[in-house]
Amino acid sequence: MMAETLTLGKALNAGLRRALDSDSKVVLMGEDVGKLGGVFRITDGLQKDFGEDRVIDTPLAESGIIGTAVGLAIRGFRPICEIQFDGFVYPAYDQIVSQVAKMHYRSQGKVKLPIVIRIPFGGGIGAVEHHSESPEAYFSHTAGLKVVACSNPQDAYTMIQQAVLSDDPIIFLEPKRRYWEKAPVELEAPPGTAYPLHAARTVRPGSDATVLAYGPMVRTALDAATAAAEEGRELEVIDLRSLSPLDLAGTYESVRRTGRCVVVHEAPTNLGLGAEIAARITEECFYSLEAPVLRVGGFNTPYPAARLEEEYLPDLDRVLDAVDRAFGW
Amino acid sequence: MAKGERGTATRARPATARRRVTKNAADPELVQLLTPDGERIDRVTGPDGTQYTVDFTDAEYRALYRDLVVVRKLDAEATALQRQGELGIWASLLGQEAAQVGSGRALREQDMAFPTYREHGVLYCRGIDPIMPLGLFRGVDQGGWDPNEFKFNMYTIVIGAQTLHATGYAMGITMDGKVGGDDGEAVIAYFGDGASAQGDVNEAFVWSSVFNAPIVFFCQNNQYAISEPLERQTRIPLYQRSSGFGFPGVRVDGNDVLASYAVTRTALDNARHGQGPTLIEAYTYRMGAHTTSDDPTRYRIASEVEAWQAKDPIARVRAFLEKQQIADADFFAEVDAQAKRDAVHLRERVLSMPDPQPGALFDHVYAHGSPLLDTERAQFERYLASFEEGSH
Ligand SMILES: Cc1ncc(C[n+]2csc(CCOP(=O)(O)OP(=O)(O)O)c2C)c(N)n1
Repeated sequence: MMAETLTLGKALNAGLRRALDSDSKVVLMGEDVGKLGGVFRITDGLQKDFGEDRVIDTPLAESGIIGTAVGLAIRGFRPICEIQFDGFVYPAYDQIVSQVAKMHYRSQGKVKLPIVIRIPFGGGIGAVEHHSESPEAYFSHTAGLKVVACSNPQDAYTMIQQAVLSDDPIIFLEPKRRYWEKAPVELEAPPGTAYPLHAARTVRPGSDATVLAYGPMVRTALDAATAAAEEGRELEVIDLRSLSPLDLAGTYESVRRTGRCVVVHEAPTNLGLGAEIAARITEECFYSLEAPVLRVGGFNTPYPAARLEEEYLPDLDRVLDAVDRAFGW
Repeated sequence: MAKGERGTATRARPATARRRVTKNAADPELVQLLTPDGERIDRVTGPDGTQYTVDFTDAEYRALYRDLVVVRKLDAEATALQRQGELGIWASLLGQEAAQVGSGRALREQDMAFPTYREHGVLYCRGIDPIMPLGLFRGVDQGGWDPNEFKFNMYTIVIGAQTLHATGYAMGITMDGKVGGDDGEAVIAYFGDGASAQGDVNEAFVWSSVFNAPIVFFCQNNQYAISEPLERQTRIPLYQRSSGFGFPGVRVDGNDVLASYAVTRTALDNARHGQGPTLIEAYTYRMGAHTTSDDPTRYRIASEVEAWQAKDPIARVRAFLEKQQIADADFFAEVDAQAKRDAVHLRERVLSMPDPQPGALFDHVYAHGSPLLDTERAQFERYLASFEEGSH
C-alpha cells in the first residue's frame, strides 16, 4: 500500500476530507474553518470542495458552536466542531460538560451524540495567553465524554476518522506544536480496520523504565529515550492515545517488567491525569515497583508568558531527571 | 394562519436558500462630522433625535491630529518589530485610529475602560507608556500596567469576556453612588463585531440594561472577525441590537475622529448622569491583517481595501486642518518628526526588554502564596542548580 509523507496537520486535513467524503451527514463547523481553512489551515480547501453547508463558518460563539452541534446530532448529523485554541473552549464548557456529556445517560441511551470536538492544545509555539492550555483533565473527569490525543501523522489521520465514526462524543486533542512534524501516512486502509481508537500503544520498547506520554509529549519522551539509550538505559515509551477511557493494561504489564514508571504531560501535575495514572499503577503493580511512579508536568501556575514557557514545559532533561530519580530510589 | 400552513411554507423553501443581506442598509444613519474630503459637518441628529457636535479650539484639533499620527506610527513600528522577530505576534490597529483616539479622548479622567487586545490607541490616550502592550506580545509578561492607576484594564484576549467585567464595574459605580452628576463615573467596554455574537456580550447587554449601569459599549465594527465577514455575526446593523435589550444604539463613522469623540462623549455623559447604557457601533475597517499571523488575501479583495483607503481617518483630518488653515506645513513636519522619534524610542526599548527570570514563573499565582507552590519553586530551583553543578 501507498504511504505518503505528510505533516500532522496535513494528515488531519486528509482524515477530515475522508470523513466528509464517506458520510454526507458529517459536517464541520467552527470559526474561520471555511475560506481561511482555520488558523492552522487544518481545514484548508474543505469548504471549497464540500460547500458552505458542510464546512460551516460559525458566528464567534463557542457555546453556540457546541450547543447547535447537539441539536444537529439529535437530528442525525455527525458534527465535527473546531475550537480555535484550547483556551477558548471554556465559553463552551457548560454545553460540553452539562449537555454533551450527559444526554445519552439522561435519555437512557435513546439520544446519541456523535460529536467530535477538535481542540489544538498545549504550548510551545510562543503564543500569548489562552493559546497554550492543556484542558484534558477537566474533560477526562467528566463521565460521558471520551478524550483522545493524537501524537503523530498516521494516528492523526486514522484517529480523526475513528472519532467521527464513534457514537459517543469525543474530545479530540491535537498537539498544536507538532502540526508541522512529518511522517509517512498510510492513506488507504479503512479506519475501521486500523488500531483501535481507545488503545494505548508502545512506541518504543525498553526494559529499564516505562515512560508514559500522550499528545505533544510523546515526541519529547521518545527524544529522552534516545538520549537515555546513549547512557545505557532502555526506556519503554507508551503513547496513551486515549485519556478517557484510559487503557492501562499494557502499562501494567510494562511496569511489572521495568519496575519504574514516569508519567509525562504538559498540564499541571497537581490533580492532573498523571495523578490518576500513578494511583492506578500503584494499586496494580505495587509489588513490582522499585520506585514511586513519578510525574513530570507543568507547575501549579497559569501557563506563563511565552518567554518562560521553556521553563514551564517538560523537556527531555526534565524527563531524564525523573528517570534518574526513579533509579536513585 | 391555520395549523400546518407554516410547516408547508417552510418546507417549500429549498434547503440551500439564503436570504440576501443588504450590507449598507443603515448607512444613512451613520453619524459623521468630518467627511472623507475633510469637510466639516456642523451638527448631526442621531437615530433617537440626539444632536451630536464638537466645539474644539484650533489647538485641540491639532492635538487630535497628533494623537492619530503618533498612534499609527507606533503601531507600524510594532508591526515591523514583529516582522523582525522581536514580538511573537501583533494585533495592528491600522485603520481604526479615529475610533480609538476619538473615544479615548472622550473619556474623562474618572472613567474606566475595558479594552480587547487591539486598543493601543485608547491605551495611549489613557497616558500609558506605549511599550506596555509590547511586553504581552513579546511574551515577557501578560500586560504590565496598573489598571487601577490608569483606569484602563488589562487587555482581554478571550473574545467578549471584558464586557461583563465592565458591566460589573459599572454596577459598582452605581452602588457607590457615583452617578448622577458631571463628576459621575462611567465605563467604556471595547469589543469587535465578531465578539458581538458571544454569549458574554449578550449577557452584558442584559445585565447593564436591567441594572441601568453607567456603561458605553463601544463596538469597533472593522468588518471582519479574522476571516469571517460581518454577515456571519449578524443579520441587522449591529447598533440596532441594543433596542432588543432596552437601551439606545448609534452608528458612528469610525473613521471620523470628531464624530467618534462626539458620540462617545455624549453616551458617557448620559451614563454618568444616570441614563444607563448605550451601544455605539463605530463603523470602520481593519486595513491590515487580523494579526501578523493572518493572511487576509484569502478572504478579502483588494478593491474593498482600496475603497476604505479613500476614507482614511488621518488624511481627512489633515485635509480639514489645511483647508481651515488650522495647521501649516511646519506643524505637519513637526508631528511626523515626533512620531518618528517616539517610534525609534519604542524600538530601542523593546530590543532591550529583558526576558523574565525563570523563578518569575511562580510569582503572583496567589495573593499570599501557597504551600504547593513553595514546594514546586524549591524543587525547580534545585533542578536548575543541578545543571550548574554538572558544568564544573
Ligand atoms: C472566545 C474566543 N474565541 C476565539 C478567539 C480567537 N480569536 C481571536 S480574535 C478573533 C476575531 C475577533 O473578531 P472581532 O471581535 O470582530 O474583533 P477584531 O479582532 O476584528 O478587532 C478570534 C476568533 C478568542 N480570542 N476568544
